[in-house]
Amino acid sequence: MQVKHKLEMKGISIEFPGVKALSHVDFAVESGEIHALVGANGAGKSTLMKILGGAYGHYQGEIHFDGQQVDIRHPQDAKRLGIDVVYQEVDTALIPYLTVAENIMLDVMANEMQGKHFIRWGQLHRRAREVMAQVGIQLDTSTLVENLTLAQKQMVLIARALATNTNFLVLDEPTAPLSQAETEELFRLMRDLVANQGIGIVFISHRLPEIFEVCQTITILRDGRVVADTAIDTLTQQRLIELMLGHRFDETYPKASVPIGETIFQVEGLWEEQGRVRDVSLTVRAGEIVGVTGLVGAGKTELCKTLFGAYPIKSGQVRLHGRPLKITSPHAAVSQGVTLVPEERRKEGILVEEPVYVNLTLPSLDNFTRGADFVDTNAERETARQLIQELGIRTPSENQKVAFLSGGNQQKVAVGKWLITDAEIYIFDEPTKGVDVGAKHDIFELIGQLAQRGKGIIYASSEIPEILGISDRIYVMYDYTIVKEFETADATEEDILFYSAGGK
Amino acid sequence: MTALTEQMASKKRLPAVVDFLSKWGTILTIFVLLIFFSVTMPAFRTGSNMVTIMRSIAIVTVIATGITVSLTVDGFDLSVGSVATFAVALVMSFFVWYGWGTLLAIAVALFVSLIVAVVNAFLIVKLRIFDLLATLATMFIFEGVAMTYTGGGSISEGMPRLDGTPTFGKIPAEFRLIGQSPYIIVIMLVIVALVHIFLTYTKHGRYLYIVGGNREAARLSGIPVNRYRTLAYFLSALLAATGGIILAARIGSAQINSGAGYLMPAVAAAFIGYSVAGIKKPNAIGTLVGAILVGLLENGLIMMSVPYYSLNIIKGLVLAIALAITYYRKHD
Repeated sequence: MQVKHKLEMKGISIEFPGVKALSHVDFAVESGEIHALVGANGAGKSTLMKILGGAYGHYQGEIHFDGQQVDIRHPQDAKRLGIDVVYQEVDTALIPYLTVAENIMLDVMANEMQGKHFIRWGQLHRRAREVMAQVGIQLDTSTLVENLTLAQKQMVLIARALATNTNFLVLDEPTAPLSQAETEELFRLMRDLVANQGIGIVFISHRLPEIFEVCQTITILRDGRVVADTAIDTLTQQRLIELMLGHRFDETYPKASVPIGETIFQVEGLWEEQGRVRDVSLTVRAGEIVGVTGLVGAGKTELCKTLFGAYPIKSGQVRLHGRPLKITSPHAAVSQGVTLVPEERRKEGILVEEPVYVNLTLPSLDNFTRGADFVDTNAERETARQLIQELGIRTPSENQKVAFLSGGNQQKVAVGKWLITDAEIYIFDEPTKGVDVGAKHDIFELIGQLAQRGKGIIYASSEIPEILGISDRIYVMYDYTIVKEFETADATEEDILFYSAGGK
Repeated sequence: MTALTEQMASKKRLPAVVDFLSKWGTILTIFVLLIFFSVTMPAFRTGSNMVTIMRSIAIVTVIATGITVSLTVDGFDLSVGSVATFAVALVMSFFVWYGWGTLLAIAVALFVSLIVAVVNAFLIVKLRIFDLLATLATMFIFEGVAMTYTGGGSISEGMPRLDGTPTFGKIPAEFRLIGQSPYIIVIMLVIVALVHIFLTYTKHGRYLYIVGGNREAARLSGIPVNRYRTLAYFLSALLAATGGIILAARIGSAQINSGAGYLMPAVAAAFIGYSVAGIKKPNAIGTLVGAILVGLLENGLIMMSVPYYSLNIIKGLVLAIALAITYYRKHD
């Protein structure tokens, strides 16, 4: 019979500059149970688990292990207690050009080789095989990790956790990238670990049906607080959604009423080459704001990038005003009237080392050239000054480096640079991410103005209240395809979340 | 906003000396060297020696502008030395073997040298090989091509070809003029000016810098990124080949690997150019300043009877310092 352990977090609070991420959270998990941790985006699930894993040492509150108070300030502290966290981004934790055996034994090699300098390869592979047998996975230990599927990589990470002494295993959204069959395989393993190895598992997932399938207990977080902590069979899926959403602080959305015109943009049976967009069809009418929503990982960003030619199209038709477009690259998309304001602003949307005016005129530089492609910098600055005024970009001048602007003002630059191009379709991918309330309002107004000018707008966001506030029509994505279409007037937050989470 | 500005100001105030030195250190060093050499050696400060220095840096400068253009797209063209060697071999063969006229020989040599750019662009843009490694490969390939084409590396007036065929072609006198002052200096200054105008005042120059600054953001702004990266390698090969033509005019023959020696000082010049006047970008005028610094140092040290085989120690150190300034500043 295994020893039973109990892990309790009591009154945990943590702050990041300007944000209180968690306040007085109690959380407990025991050996032999699968405990669900759920909440909407930004509720604090990952933060709580990072504290448990030792990634954030500056929390307040107490952690008890088998009734004894312990301090977890560094990842080593968590390891010593047998707490292992498998984060969502599996690739960051694996070394692709090493073998399965070396990756599984990495913690052992890093921590248990004091005084030893030679690796005993035979022993390494044998121990790796033992751990894999324990986990019930079959893989050649000398395969390179880069040749594995995502599901297999996860298994390797779980095996790595088990290679050292493990009492608690945290799985942060492990099923998001997995297929149905792979998910079943993972669940089989989780049940086996809990029943036969006496391990306690914390399971984070956005897919609600899965939670009812595999978990026994559940903790629900909302805005950094615990709103429920109970046995799973006391809840229904509907009740769970209500608890997750609660009554949120209502933001106002400056939605202008715009007469909606003819269909101008049509997508039929769109597939991305690596299956990151699967059989998507949608339409956009003149003056219409079309919301695209879904959970993180549902394929919204991928759809935006594919429509813009940043990901290769495998098959399907894209038409603007009835004529088929050839979207082979972002350059081709822009020249045919399709633009994208990307999600990763600092990486993809703006050039932080360049001044504001260079950023604003970049996509339309052709309008600022005279004979032999010489750039008319005066005309550029003039236009930039106008845009800065119109968009209310807070900057001392058009010559300021964008790196010195605030997040919201950077976003206005990322949006503003497309306004002077003569595009027909504007795609926005999470435009309000990391933007303060005031700048958010400005960005909504700007999008409204584009609609008034008869442009077609695709607005992708996982913030459901935002989508409900600004859009005319909504597409819900799940598993890289559109699963449901709503008229915004007929949609509720609960309905949208239901379909986002894979409900049918 | 005010808090941010204050923060920036205070950040600047502390290391003001460091900031000033990294901006103007190169130019300051040039003046210090000028004064030092002038005081210690009267022969150094003669007008004719100044002309000698300018003449000696012309080829390095032109080749270095090629590297500069490849650096704008965050690339690196190591093959410029071999391109120069290749251009020397071509233009000499056209004169000595085929007896062509000056203009035709130069035009065809420049055009054929662009083969290197085609290969570079293919390896880097299409096959996605890391720039430094791809051009390392083409550096060797075209060193070999030039040797093979000439049958061992050298061509000079009256020298029979490898198979024994006698040659009758002459190197035209007007071609030799290119390698003499003042023409060689004027050509260098014109090329620096043209590259400067292209990079600073045209749309294409702007795009090159943007592609180098953030390739993904450039791509998502609708800039045809691959086209501009290809353009950069074509320009760097064209400029390196131009350097080769000037070199041919200067020495009047093709020698084994004659361009190879220019790679290192050209790389140094381009990287010293990064920080001149605080521009913090590869730029043509900075590259010229860098070449002047390297040339000055070389000339002065030779006059001080430092043996030529020891000069590389100094030149290597200068490159290391230039790289240190460039990359140290990139960190903060």
